[in-house]
Amino acid sequence: MSDLLDPGLVIALLLNFYALTTTNLKQMIYAVAMQGALLGMLYPIAHTGFLSHADAEPTSWFSGLRLMALTATIVLVKGFLIPRFLLRAARLADVRSQVTSTVGVMLPLLLGGVATVLALVFAKSLPLAPQHISHLPIPASLATVMCGFLILSSRREAMGQVLGYIVLENGIFIFGLLLIEAVPLLVELGIVLDLFVGVFVMGIIFNHVSRAFPEASVEHLSTLKE
Amino acid sequence: MIVLLVLVPLVAAAIAMLVPSNRHRPWILPVTAVCHLALVVWMLPQGEQWAMDRWLAIDPLSRLFVGFISVLFFICALYAPAYLRLRLGRDNRILVACLLVAFGMMSLVTLSHHLGLMWIAMEATTLATAPCVYFNRNPKSLEATWKYLVIGSVGIALALLGSFFLIYAMVQAGSESTLLFDELIEHSHPLSLPWLHAAFVLLLVGYGTKMGLSPMHTWKPDAYGEAPGIVGALLAGGLTSCAFLCVLRFFHIAHIADDDQHSQRLLIFMGLLSMGTAAVFMPRQRDIKRLLAYSSVEHMGMLVFGLGIGGIATGGALLHVIHNGLCKAGLFLAAANIHRAYCSKTTDQVRGVLKRLPWSGWMMMILFFAITGSPLFGPFVSEFQILSGTFDSGNVGRGITFLVLLLIVFFGMGSVLLGFMLGPAEEVEGVGSPQQFRESFLLILPIFIAVGLTVLLGVYTPSFLTAWVDQAVAFLQRIPLD
Repeated sequence: MSDLLDPGLVIALLLNFYALTTTNLKQMIYAVAMQGALLGMLYPIAHTGFLSHADAEPTSWFSGLRLMALTATIVLVKGFLIPRFLLRAARLADVRSQVTSTVGVMLPLLLGGVATVLALVFAKSLPLAPQHISHLPIPASLATVMCGFLILSSRREAMGQVLGYIVLENGIFIFGLLLIEAVPLLVELGIVLDLFVGVFVMGIIFNHVSRAFPEASVEHLSTLKE
Repeated sequence: MIVLLVLVPLVAAAIAMLVPSNRHRPWILPVTAVCHLALVVWMLPQGEQWAMDRWLAIDPLSRLFVGFISVLFFICALYAPAYLRLRLGRDNRILVACLLVAFGMMSLVTLSHHLGLMWIAMEATTLATAPCVYFNRNPKSLEATWKYLVIGSVGIALALLGSFFLIYAMVQAGSESTLLFDELIEHSHPLSLPWLHAAFVLLLVGYGTKMGLSPMHTWKPDAYGEAPGIVGALLAGGLTSCAFLCVLRFFHIAHIADDDQHSQRLLIFMGLLSMGTAAVFMPRQRDIKRLLAYSSVEHMGMLVFGLGIGGIATGGALLHVIHNGLCKAGLFLAAANIHRAYCSKTTDQVRGVLKRLPWSGWMMMILFFAITGSPLFGPFVSEFQILSGTFDSGNVGRGITFLVLLLIVFFGMGSVLLGFMLGPAEEVEGVGSPQQFRESFLLILPIFIAVGLTVLLGVYTPSFLTAWVDQAVAFLQRIPLD
C-alpha cells in the first residue's frame, strides 16, 4: 500500500503548480481542496508504510479507529469544509472570479519549479531515517512549503493569500506524514482545528476587507508603513 | 486543579458571549482576573504540580510566567470597564470574549509541558487576539488585523514545522520520540544535530515572529498602533512573553542536546538586530502607540540577547519579562487615555499632555524613564543584570553594542515623547476637547498599580521572586540524569 504514497505526492506537487498559475478563483480553491483531501487520504497509507518495524500493521481496534477518525476529519476539513467556507465567503463578498498575481504568472511558476528541484536536491543531502530514504515526503514537503510562500507573497487578492497559507500548511502536513507514530491524536486534531479556525477568522476578516475596498485586493492594505 | 487556570477564563468567555448588556459585560474581565489571581496565589507556593498525564505542569519556568500573566491581566482587566464605558457605541461582546479566550490560551501556553499542546495554544492566542485588534472597525485597523493574522499564522506554521523537525531529530537518531518536555529534559535523548539546528532556526523564526523580533516584527507597529490600548498592553506584555517562553523551552532542549553554541549565537544576533531596528525607527515615529511597539521590539531583543549570553544574564532576562510587561501595560493604558482625550495619537495633534492629562502624562513620563533603563526602576535592575552577565562572560564588544543601542533608544524615544508631553495644552482643530474626557479613578488606578510595581521592583526584589528566578535559571541549566 505504501507504493501509492509517492504517486500521491507527485499529484500534490502538480497541484502546487496549478495553484501557482491558475487565474480562476474557483479553480484555485478546488485545486487547494483536492490537495488537502489527497493528503488526508495519504495519511493511512503513510501510517502503514512508515511504521518503524516494517511488518507491523495497525495492531488494535483502537489504532484502526483512530486512523479512520483522523483520516475522515482531515479529508472533511481540508477537502470539504474549508473550500465550502471559502467559496461562500467569495460569493458573499461578491469578489470577481479572477485572481491576479503581482508578478505575472510565469515568474511564480518558474520559481515554483526551481524550488521543487532545489527541494529534491537538498533532501538528498539531509540525514534521513532508513525507512524514509527512498520516499518523497521530505522533498515534497519542502517544495510545497516554498510554493505556499510563493502564492502567499505573489497573489494580489486577500483570498489568494489565504489559499497560499493553506498550501504552506499542506506542506507542513506532508512532513507530519513521517511522524504519524510520534504525534498524539489530540495534537493532530488540534492542528486541524486550528487550521480550520484560522481560515474561518481569515474568511471573516476577508469579508470586511471586501466590503471596505473594491475587489478585496491587498494592495489597498498598504497605508500603514514607515 | 491546574486545569482551572485555563478553564476559568474560558468559562468566563462563554458567559461574556451570553450576557446581553454592553454596559455590564466588561465587569466579567476584572471578576475573572481576581478569580485567576486567587487561584495563582493559592497554587504557586505549593511547588511543582502535574495534571493531564503530565501534559500540564507548574514547573519553575511556568510558575514565573503564569504568575506574571495573571498579574498583568488583572491590571488590564481593571482598566477595561471604565475604558469600554467610553466606547459604549461599539459592541464589546467579541472583544471581551476574545480577551478572555486569549487569557485562557496564554495560561495554557505557560502551563503546557507538551510540545504539541503548546503550539496549539500559541496558535489559538493569535486567532483569539485578531478580532480584538479589529475593535475599531476602520480601514486601518482592518489592514493591521489582516497583516497580524497572515504574518502571525505563517510564523506559527513555521514553528510547527520546527517542532516536526525536532521530533524528526529524535526519529533520525533512533531514539524513542516524545513530545513531553519533562521526558526530553530528564532523560537524555540522542538527537540528530543537523535536524536540531534546522529545528531551532525555524522555531526561532516562528515564535520570534510572535515575539516581534526583527526582521519578523513588521506586524507589530501596525497591530499595536491600531488596536485599543488594553489589547496593546496584553499583546506587548503577555503574548510576547508567552512566545519567549516557547523559545526558552526549545533553548532548554538544545542545551540538553549540548548544542548551546549554535542557538546562543543565533539568539545574540537576533537580539542585537531587534534592538538596532528599534533604535533606527524610534526617533522618526509620530504615533505614540507605534513608538511603544518599537520599544517592545527592542525589549524582546533584550530578552533573547540575555538568554543567548547565558549565566546570570539568563536570570536578568527572566526578570526583565516581568519588568518590561509591567511598564508596557502602564504605557499602553496611559496611551489609551491620551488617545481618548485627544481623539488622536500622533504628534500633529497631541501636545501638552502633562497639562491636559496630568495623571496619565506624568505616569507615562515615569514609565518612559523606567522602560529606558533609568535607575530606581525595575528594568534598570534586569538590564544591569543582563549587562553584567555580558561583560562577566567576556563579551565586551557585545556589551558595548548593547549599551550604545540603549543610549540611542533613550534619546530617540525621549525626543518623540517629550514632543507629546511638553508645551501648552492648546486646542488643536479636530481634536477632542477636555470636557469630553476626564481622567476618572478607574482609568488611572491600573496605570498607578503598574507604576507602583515598577518602582517597587526597582528598589526591592522580593525574596520569593529572587528564589523563583534562581530556580528557573537552575532548571534551565539542569542536565539529564542519564
